[in-house]
Amino acid sequence: MANKLKLSLSPHVHSGDSVSKNMRWVIIAMLPAMLWSFYAFGLGAVIVTATSVASCVFFEWAINKFILKNDQCTLCDYSAVVTGILLAFNLPANLPLYIIIIGALFALGVVKMTFGGLGCNLFNPALAARVFLLISFPVKMTMFPEVGQMTAYADAVTAATPLANLAKTDLMPLFMGNVGGSLGEVSALCLLIGLIILIATRTITWHIPVSILATVFALTGLLHIAYPVEVATPWHHLFGGGLMLGAVFMATDYVTSPMTAKGQLIYGFCIGFLTVAIRVFGAYPEGMSFAILIMNAFVPLINNACKPQRFAKEVKK
Amino acid sequence: MKTFRIGGVHPAENKLSAGKKIEPMALPKQAVFPLSQHIGAPAVACVAKGDMVKVGTKIADAGGFVSAAIFSSVSGKVAKIDSIIDASGYRKPAIFIDVIGDEWEESIDRSEELVTECALEPAEIVAKIKNAGIVGMGGACFPTHVKLTPPPGSKAECVIINAVECEPYLTADHQLMLEKPEQILVGVSLLMKAVNVTKGYIGIENNKPDAIALMREKAAKYPNIEIVPLKVQYPQGGEKQLIDAVIGRQVPNPPAIPIAVGAVVQNVGTAYAVYEAVIKNKPLFERVVTVTGKALANSSNLLTRMGTPMNMLIEAAGGMPENTGKIIGGGPMMGKALLNAEVPICKGSSGVLLMTEEESVRGKEQNCIRCAKCVGACPMGLEPYLLAKLGEYNDWERAENEDIMTCIECGCCTFTCPSNRPLLDWIRLAKNTVGGIIRERNMKK
Repeated sequence: MANKLKLSLSPHVHSGDSVSKNMRWVIIAMLPAMLWSFYAFGLGAVIVTATSVASCVFFEWAINKFILKNDQCTLCDYSAVVTGILLAFNLPANLPLYIIIIGALFALGVVKMTFGGLGCNLFNPALAARVFLLISFPVKMTMFPEVGQMTAYADAVTAATPLANLAKTDLMPLFMGNVGGSLGEVSALCLLIGLIILIATRTITWHIPVSILATVFALTGLLHIAYPVEVATPWHHLFGGGLMLGAVFMATDYVTSPMTAKGQLIYGFCIGFLTVAIRVFGAYPEGMSFAILIMNAFVPLINNACKPQRFAKEVKK
Repeated sequence: MKTFRIGGVHPAENKLSAGKKIEPMALPKQAVFPLSQHIGAPAVACVAKGDMVKVGTKIADAGGFVSAAIFSSVSGKVAKIDSIIDASGYRKPAIFIDVIGDEWEESIDRSEELVTECALEPAEIVAKIKNAGIVGMGGACFPTHVKLTPPPGSKAECVIINAVECEPYLTADHQLMLEKPEQILVGVSLLMKAVNVTKGYIGIENNKPDAIALMREKAAKYPNIEIVPLKVQYPQGGEKQLIDAVIGRQVPNPPAIPIAVGAVVQNVGTAYAVYEAVIKNKPLFERVVTVTGKALANSSNLLTRMGTPMNMLIEAAGGMPENTGKIIGGGPMMGKALLNAEVPICKGSSGVLLMTEEESVRGKEQNCIRCAKCVGACPMGLEPYLLAKLGEYNDWERAENEDIMTCIECGCCTFTCPSNRPLLDWIRLAKNTVGGIIRERNMKK
């Protein structure tokens, strides 16, 4: 009997939380936006999503097995699936397969596994891959199929992102998702449903998404008052382009975001600020992915600067 | 609902033995009394092999001011003074007494009659508590008379009774409140008198509404004692967290002690022991112990004589289940895994918890995903993920700068980690090492 007993330090119970549980909630939260993309872009969206997820999972498995010789099954934590879906969310629905596969290889091979796998990467893999593809294939990555071409894929009729002409776009289609764009970013409504799922299940806290959205709304609001013709309304900026997708699913990535509430608020504010700066004053119509990647690099500094409120320090009476 | 301000978690409560009447345990054949059952200097044996003792006979003197005397819980003959592995896992000197009959010291008042009046002066109360060998019964086992002797320059403003019982599974304090509320209230007023304060609080977690209602009803006669219901949140019963929750003050970091904010905190079991010692002349030699576990047939609250081996309690609760994987002295969040069930019940033994083999296996450790859940859970406002890494990398200097010494080892971080990382294990390693470095530095000064 006695030699069967286990000895270990307390605590002897666990919350039951796990990496895979959190990742599953992220996937569930992405479902509304994913289903909307299937509805809006039809076959093309299905092909892009399937290719992206399959190649991300394959590359994670292959790199673990053949290069790192790591027997641990890291696929079970679903993080490669999350990266795959997020990458697809950032791509147009008519993108050729080889570009998607290159993107997946960059995301997993360069951005994630090189640094040691889940938890060790400095940058958000899906987002870094998107920017890599944007710079490598600038035309294919910025021409988006128009909504409602259910059976089209490579032959879909395309147009530039509505962001290029944001002020002239109607607000309602922008909110619902009846506009061109990359798969996951078009429907602000579906992304907001995802946000509610993430916060309700305590997968993430409100700090990052709310601070980004509030910053963008406030800054574009001020700019719109100052330049009513050149700058679109804050609502357009909020619902248009990749802002909502970035705020809900990209910037909130555990690994590449700050650890304390204070740090997260600073991080969110800076992302919002950079996004508006690039959108309004920069050469690119979209600034969200650049803003997040730039701030990813600052996360270690933010973590050092923003300590949590220690017990009994600066006690408020 | 009042609660502490930073962090916290809510483990499954699993109060399997809630509502089970306190039942007296049968006497053991041999009782074992480790000489070190408290924080501070070990007690010094004052009996020798072959001596006859009664229930309540002093068998070891306090070994200093921060120490406590030990009293026999049985009558019989001292068999030997040897050593035993106690709940801490260390081998410690102990007195072994063979039980013969059940003869009590005459000075102990064994009647059930409730006495509420006490004419003793504060100093006399403290002396009686000291002479009864009372220590904190929540598990830390700090000698009670020391807490009741504020250091020069500090002044107690209130007594806070810890009746939170925030550890999952444990119900000993809960049941004690249901069965001995009036005695507890007398004990609380004695503690208040001892430190000369006029305000007492009894903090009870809100998952014990029956105890809150009963204590409120009985406390109507004590206008200075307030029952404070507290949110069900672990570690509500941590001393610093309890003070923060009840009076909204945060005790500064060590070496400051609760008296720095005017608080004297005592466990509810201690308050009951104080009543028995001061009013009934009964030294501390028995306590209520929760014996529990999901596979155990009959989880119970047992009034147990000190020195009784834990396996007797387990037998009384239905016997050791086949699939027992871990025996824990105390609760699942802060209790200690035991080497075997021979370990005797001591002053600080609040519970014996049996976990099944399945429950005893830790989840597979994965990379830290930097989700910051440990940071959110830490009730001291620390960054457990960072402290654990610093422990792993032996960076003691930075660990000290990151306030590792303020960690209360409550376990919220390890409990909450989705990657199953043994955060507190690493933090303990670092904390012990840093503590050693600090002591060495202070000695050189």
